[in-house]
Amino acid sequence: MDGEEEKMTEKFKRPDGRKPDELRPMSAKVGVVPNADGSAMFSFGDTIAIAAVYGPKELHPRNQRDPEKGTLRCNYSMLSFSVSERIRPGPSRRSMEISKITEWALEPVLLIDRYENTVIDVHINIIQANASTRCAGINAAILALAHAGIPMKNLVTSVSIGKLNKNIVADLSKEEEDWEEGEGATDIPITMTPNGELTHIQLDGKITDKQLKEAIELARKVSKEIYALQKKTLKEACQNVEDEE
Amino acid sequence: MSERKIIVPGEVIVSGDEYLPGEGTEKDGKDVIALRYGIAEESNKLVKVIPLSGTYMARRGNVIIGKVIDITFNGWMIDIGTAEGGFLSLMEVPRYVDKNGLDEVMDIGDMLVAKIVGITKRGIDLTIKMRGLGKIEEGMIMKINPNKVPRVIGKEGSMINIIKEGTGSNITVGQNGLIWIKGDTIESELNSKEAINFVAEKSYVKGLTEELKAWMEKKKK
Repeated sequence: MDGEEEKMTEKFKRPDGRKPDELRPMSAKVGVVPNADGSAMFSFGDTIAIAAVYGPKELHPRNQRDPEKGTLRCNYSMLSFSVSERIRPGPSRRSMEISKITEWALEPVLLIDRYENTVIDVHINIIQANASTRCAGINAAILALAHAGIPMKNLVTSVSIGKLNKNIVADLSKEEEDWEEGEGATDIPITMTPNGELTHIQLDGKITDKQLKEAIELARKVSKEIYALQKKTLKEACQNVEDEE
Repeated sequence: MSERKIIVPGEVIVSGDEYLPGEGTEKDGKDVIALRYGIAEESNKLVKVIPLSGTYMARRGNVIIGKVIDITFNGWMIDIGTAEGGFLSLMEVPRYVDKNGLDEVMDIGDMLVAKIVGITKRGIDLTIKMRGLGKIEEGMIMKINPNKVPRVIGKEGSMINIIKEGTGSNITVGQNGLIWIKGDTIESELNSKEAINFVAEKSYVKGLTEELKAWMEKKKK
């Protein structure tokens, strides 16, 4: 495996000079929104996501209440200044899809059966975007949910794996996402628990079975790094949050 | 594991058949796994997680401070900071109430100290049929993070008693994070508020009782 990877690096150079399995520098912080019940910031390089969690609280309108379990409601939004060309604020086809995807990625680990008739609101805002925004959003959201004291089986980590021409790389940047040489770019956002169980996988482009397996293996590998950061952030935050309040 | 340590969800707290999973934990094979973010504590082989953040979760027997938000034909709807609303029935008021004059007893916007008697699917039932419970007539209300309430009260009320004695005011701490302070003068109420904020901010410090005593001494000068 190692030999194969080395060969790949020799042949292939990423635009920003990263190794195929190298993530952009990450940073994370919890307690960034004092008014919220839980909040977190997560960034992959230039992509910065902020998540705020409110609830469990009463769900309005009443007819949407679920008397069997709690409801998770995610709201993903890219702020108008997050990319160089202003994007129209408010819900769009894309942001609505990502909101739903985020709900599905988070729901399997959350234990919200006990919160009947209530809703947990997760607001994810991308304040600066450079690809992999949904992954940064999910990573921020799970930190914010943990910070809000929502019971969950485990944390989840999200990372985008890409295929540039024939090379599998981790954590795509915008430049790589628009790759046009050879077979072009394939974007595969993957969310998984630290145990390696997938909760979400999307695929945009073309890929062979064998390479998809490779991509998932790579995601498993780099997820460990992200998980370590999430864990560290939560553990250290406890002191800082109480300092600030 | 005498040391208290911070735990993230999904983390293995301890491993061994002899341990029992308590609140906020789950047993998976031999491991006791955390389900919430907080501080892990173990006593008599029972492992539990004390949450550090999040909203207030109502429990039976809690004394809370709430606000009247609505009046129905047989009681009052009370906002106590939870997802479900609180309800104070006419039957739980220890005096005669005219059915047409509920607002004369407590009107919308009034604050009260109440106790949770039961949690049903419909909501949280409250009572004021006990000493120390009832409508708040005067004084001042402040809010802290509900997770810091145990620290502010201290072991068997040690912390709050220092503040009460030091400032000479009467303090009622609601488990939902609202605190009612009633002193003889505004100054004493403000001093109490400052002291409570001091404790809430430093809730993670060890030996806080001593530090609070020293701080109060300094304040007096």
